[in-house]
Formats: sequence, structure tokens, C-alpha cells
Amino acid sequence: MAKSNEPIWWSLFSAGGMVAAMILPVLIIITGILVPFGLVDDDPLNFERIYTALSQSYLIKLILFIVITLPLFHWAHRFRFTLVDVGLKSVSTLISILCYGGAIAGTIIAAIIFLRI
Amino acid sequence: MAETMKLEIFRYHPEKDNEPTFQTYEVPFLEDWVILDAINYIKDEIDGTLSYRWSCQMGVCGSCGMMINGVPKLSCAVFLKDYYPDKIRVEPLTGFPVERDLIFQMDDFMTKLTEIQPYIIRNKDEEKPLDEGEYLQTPAELARFKPYSMCINCMLCYAACPVYALDSTFIGPAAIALGQRYNMDSRDHGRDARQELIASHEGIWECTFVGECSAVCPKDVDPAAAIQRAKVSSTIDWFKDVLIPWGKKK
Ligand code: SF4
Ligand code: FES
Repeated sequence: MAKSNEPIWWSLFSAGGMVAAMILPVLIIITGILVPFGLVDDDPLNFERIYTALSQSYLIKLILFIVITLPLFHWAHRFRFTLVDVGLKSVSTLISILCYGGAIAGTIIAAIIFLRI
Repeated sequence: MAETMKLEIFRYHPEKDNEPTFQTYEVPFLEDWVILDAINYIKDEIDGTLSYRWSCQMGVCGSCGMMINGVPKLSCAVFLKDYYPDKIRVEPLTGFPVERDLIFQMDDFMTKLTEIQPYIIRNKDEEKPLDEGEYLQTPAELARFKPYSMCINCMLCYAACPVYALDSTFIGPAAIALGQRYNMDSRDHGRDARQELIASHEGIWECTFVGECSAVCPKDVDPAAAIQRAKVSSTIDWFKDVLIPWGKKK
């Protein structure tokens, strides 16, 4: 029985799940509720302000990069299994390529954008 | 007449019937009756042709699993009164071929069970002589695998597992939990031998962590947790193999 390469996808999936469960809700509260409803003053999401902060700190870039990319792999893995489970097992290789390929593409795009800032 | 209840039971005799049918029986309703009591009543008093498995009547032998209103349960552990006055639908555990009526074929599970090598495997050269006594374990070492050792092989977890239902090549919850039971035993050296199967695609990686296996398990074995733990340790193995290839174990 062939040794599976699943661990690489599963570990990215798990890490993404962790980020999605623990960090995304906080970000949703900040960017989706507190700021738009005006519950915090001094305009924290001001473009110039964020852009300057990003361009000055590799740490912030890294954190945002992780927050954006790992959930992509979480999605890819979940969606792949969902599609296979609804009966698309015969095209499972194609599904894997599209799902993980999408996540990898998203990761590369995110990396390029962050490197340009 | 005293109170009664209706049971709608799956009937199928593959050699004779073209397709399964449901037969409804009326049984006395008694507060202290479990569903298995009612089925035994049917067998003894109404219809001797009804076939099903049971033995201990106390939730330890694992042979009386059935779908009760679509949910896998031990029929000796669910009371009629929890359903009264509604009709109860009784079917064989799903996911397995039907042998006859409520009896399903267990061959697939039996094969998987042997493949997982659910017994203590020792390295030959590390066996100590008998007169040196037993291999002692601390309570903490015992606690690591004890819950997994409570499995009674009732297969409710397989009937509940949507992954197994779609693809029966999946090794499945109880077999993996039993593999873990021995992997986590301080006296065992067989992890590598089991790992080939456990770490294969048909092993743990087919599992999507639906968790229904643990929800229906009558013995709180928590096979879903066993599988997740096996995923973590197999992932660590995998990274070790890839990152330090020269560090490979024999
Ligand atoms: S793990 Fe639980 S549900 Fe599965 S066979 Fe063992 S006792 Fe039954
Ligand atoms: S008859 Fe033994 S578990 Fe139900």
C-alpha cells in the first residue's frame, strides 16, 4: 500500500483551520463590525495608515500572509473532499489539482503583493 | 388490552426475495423493555422466521447493533418507552450487505480487524524471560490507551460513517481506534508494522472528521479522536522522513 502524501495537505489544512477558527473571527469583529459601525474612532483602517504600517514591518506582512494563505489551504482540502464525497470521485485528481492549485496560486499572488509593498 | 407498540421491521431473504420489505408487528408495551426484548417477543410469539443477532443483552457483546429510526444503536440498550407511542423502524446496520433480515455480513470488518494487527507485538530480542515477571505499566501509561480498549466491535461507528458508506475501502473508525489502542501501549513495538496500513490513503487519510462515529459509540471509545491523533503522529513521521531522510528508522 503506497505511503500517502496526504500529510502535507492535511497539515496545511489543520493549520488553516486553526487560523480560521482563532484569528479570522477577531478580524471579522474588527473589520466587519467595530470599524464600519464607527465603534472605534481615529479611523484605524485608513489606507495610508495601513499601507505605511505594512511597508515598515515584515512582521505585520508575515502575519497577514499567514492569515490569508493558510485558510486557502483549509478551503482547498475541505472543498476537495466535499466534491469527492458528493460523487465526483472519478475526477478526484483533477479536483485536487484545481483546489490545491488555487490555494497555491493565491499564496503566490499574496506573496508577490506583499513583496511589492 | 394493555398498551401496545408497533415495530416496523426490515425483512429480506436475498435468496428468495427480489427486494427488501417492511413488516409491522404489534408488541406489548412494557416500561422496562428494550427494543431487543420486543424483537425477542416477536421471534418467540409472533413470527419465528425473523432473523437477527444478539447475545449478552447487556451492552457488552456488541452483536445486537441495528438502525433504530435510522440511527445506529445497540438494540439491547434502547428502551421502548423512549419512543412510545410512535412506531419504531428497525433496520440492519447500513453500509454492509444484508445476509438475512437484520443480520448483515461482517466479513469486511473482520478482514480489516485482522489487517490492523490488534495485539501486542514485541521486538523478538527485547522479550524478557518469563521469570523476570510481567511488564509493568504506570496508571498514566494505562490511561493513554484505555478508552480505545473499551471497543466491543459492535460496528455502529461504521454504520454511522458517511465516508465508509461511500467507499468501503476505508479502514474505518473501530479498526483504526484499535490500532491506536496498541500503538499507544507502552509494551507494544508494532507501530511500524501497523503504520503501513494506517498511514495509507485507505487508512486515516480518507477520514474527513465528521465525528459521527464517536457520537454513536456506546462505549465512548471516541474513534474520531483516535483517528485525528493518528493523523498528527503520521504527519510528524512524514515530515521526519522528508526533512531528515537519513534519520529513517530501520
Ligand atoms: S468504536 Fe465504539 S461504535 Fe465502533 S465498534 Fe467499537 S464500541 Fe462499537
Ligand atoms: S446483545 Fe450484546 S450488546 Fe446487545
